[in-house]
Amino acid sequence: MTGETKTGAVAAISGSSRRHRPAGRAARKAGWIGLFTAPAFVLFVLFVLVPLAFAVYYSFWHWDGLGPLVDWRGIANYQQALADPWFVESIRHALFITVLSVVLQQPLAMLIALALSRKFPGRTAFRIIFFAPYVISEATIAVVWLLLLQPAGPLDSALGGIGLGSFTQLWLADHSIVLLTMFFVITWEYIGISMILYLTGISQIPRELMEAASIDGANARQMFRYITLPLLGPTTRVAVFLSILGSLQVFAVIQIITDGGPFHASETPVIYIVHKGLQETSMGYGAALSVILGLIGLTISLLYQRFVFQRDVEGAVTSYAG
Amino acid sequence: MTPNVKPLGIDGRESRRILSRLASRVLLYSAMFLLAAIVILPLLYCVVSGFRSTGDIAASPLGWPDLTRIVNYQTVLGSGLFWSAFAMSTFIALVTVCITLVTASLVAYVLARMEFRGRAALFTLFTLGLLFPSAVMILPLYLLLNSLGLLNNPWGIILPQAAFQLPVSIIILRPYFRSIPAEIEDAATLDGCTHLSFFWRILIPMSRPAISTVAILATVVSWNAYLLPLIVFTSTAQATLPLAVRNYSTQYSQDTAMVLAFATLAMVPALILYLVGERQIVAGLGAGAVKG
Repeated sequence: MTGETKTGAVAAISGSSRRHRPAGRAARKAGWIGLFTAPAFVLFVLFVLVPLAFAVYYSFWHWDGLGPLVDWRGIANYQQALADPWFVESIRHALFITVLSVVLQQPLAMLIALALSRKFPGRTAFRIIFFAPYVISEATIAVVWLLLLQPAGPLDSALGGIGLGSFTQLWLADHSIVLLTMFFVITWEYIGISMILYLTGISQIPRELMEAASIDGANARQMFRYITLPLLGPTTRVAVFLSILGSLQVFAVIQIITDGGPFHASETPVIYIVHKGLQETSMGYGAALSVILGLIGLTISLLYQRFVFQRDVEGAVTSYAG
Repeated sequence: MTPNVKPLGIDGRESRRILSRLASRVLLYSAMFLLAAIVILPLLYCVVSGFRSTGDIAASPLGWPDLTRIVNYQTVLGSGLFWSAFAMSTFIALVTVCITLVTASLVAYVLARMEFRGRAALFTLFTLGLLFPSAVMILPLYLLLNSLGLLNNPWGIILPQAAFQLPVSIIILRPYFRSIPAEIEDAATLDGCTHLSFFWRILIPMSRPAISTVAILATVVSWNAYLLPLIVFTSTAQATLPLAVRNYSTQYSQDTAMVLAFATLAMVPALILYLVGERQIVAGLGAGAVKG
C-alpha cells in the first residue's frame, strides 16, 4: 500500500522535471495492466459475479424464468423458504454430512496419511490405490454404487458371503439409512484428496524434530500429540474447510443414486435448488434458496477465517490480498 | 524381519519390543489391505461384470465372468455414443485448461509484479469466488447461458468452468510469479523486453511447476464435472463422458452388464492418465488444494 503511494509520489516529482515521458510511461503501464487483466476480469464478472448478482435479484420475484419479471414478491420467497419443510430438511442433511465429514472422514484420512508416511514395502501402491477414486468422475462412481447397492445386489451378496448377511440393509430405500449410505459413497470417493493433503503436510514436518524427540525418549503417542498434530494444524484447517464447503454442495453422487429420495430422505440443498428451478421452473424461488445456501456458505467461511484460519500466519483467503 | 534378532539370549525387554513391532506391522498391513479391498472391489466388480451378461449378473451378482465374452465392451466401443462423449470431454477439458492458463497467468502477473491503485481490491474480488459454494449461481448461470445462446454448446461449459477456476489458479500462480527476482525483470527490461515478452519468454518458462499445477487442477475439475454439463446439455444428443455414463444408465437401466461396461470404459482414460502421471497429479492437487 505504502509502496503504491511512494511510486506515485516519485512519478509526480519526476513528471515535473521531465514533461512528457513519465505520463506516457504511466499510460503505457496502465495499458499493459488493462490488457493483462481484461480477459480474466471479463470472464470472472460475466460468469461468476453477474450470475451471483442475478441470483440475489431474481430471489425477490415470482418468476418461471421465461417471461418478463412482473410479479415482485419482496422477501416472500425467503419466508416461504424458511417455512419449506423440504428445504429445511435438505439443509439439515447437508449439515449432517458436514459434521460426519469433519468428525469421521477427516480423522480417518489423517490416520491413513500417518500410516502411509511410515516407510514400509508397498506404501506407494497403497497410496496410488487410495487416491484412485478421486480421479474417476463422480457420475461414474455414482452409477457403479447405484448398482452395487441394489437390494440382493452385489454388496448384499458379498456381505452374505463373508457371514455378515445380518448386516444387510435396504441401503437406498430405508429413509433412516440412506443418508449414511450416501455419506459412505462420498467418503469412498473423496477421502483420497484429504489423505493427500495430510501426506503433504506430514512430509513438510522436519525430520530432525522427530529424531530429537526420539532421542529424548518420546514414544510414538507423545510424538504424535506434541509434534505431528500441532505441525499439521494449518493442513488440518485447510482440509476441514474444504471438506465443509464440499459437503454443503454435494450433488452428483446423491442426484444419480437416489435423486434425493426416498421421499426427500437424502435430498441436499443443491438437488432441491436444481429441482425447483429447472424441473418446476420456479426460478425466483430457486434463486432465493440459492442465496440462502450461499449465505450459509459465506457465514461458515467468514467465521472459519475469523476463528480458525487466523491461527495461521498465512492461509486465510483474505490475507492473500495486499 | 528385524536384522538384529539374536538367536540366543534374547532378554524379556527385547523380545517384547520385537513382538510389539511385529504386532504393529501386522496391524498396519491388515488395515491397509482392508482399505485397499474396499477401494478396489467395487471397481473390480465393475470391470469384471462388464464381461458378463445381465441375466448372469441378476442370477448371481458375484459370479466369475467369462473373460473372452467381450461383446458388451465391443458394443459400447462400436456405438459412437462413447466416442462422441469422449471427444466432447477431451475438447472441453483442453480448451478449459488453455483459457484458464492464459487468463489466470496474465492477471496473476499483474497482481504479482505491478504496482497500481486498486490491486488489492482486484485480488480480493477474485478470491471472493472461493468463499461460497459455486452451485449457488447455477440457476442464473443457466438463464445467462440460455440468453447467450450457449446452451447445448460446449462453450457454455468451457467459459464458466474457466471462470470458476480463476480464483484458485490466481492464488497458486501469484506467489510463484512474485518469487522470481526483480533483477531478472530489470535485466530483461534493459534488454528491451516489454511486459508481454518478459511474461511470455521468461516468467512463464520459469514458473513451470505452478503452471502445471493449475493445468492439472483444471483438467481434473473439467473432466469430472457433472452439474454444469447437466444443465448445459438439455438434450441427450450431446454429452460429456460423466453425463454419458449417467444417461446410459438411465436409458439402459435394465441392462446392468452394458451399463457397467460403459462405466468401466469411461474410467479408463482418467485412470491411465493417473497411473502415468501419478506423482505430478498428486503433487499438483495437493498443492492446489492447500493454496485454495
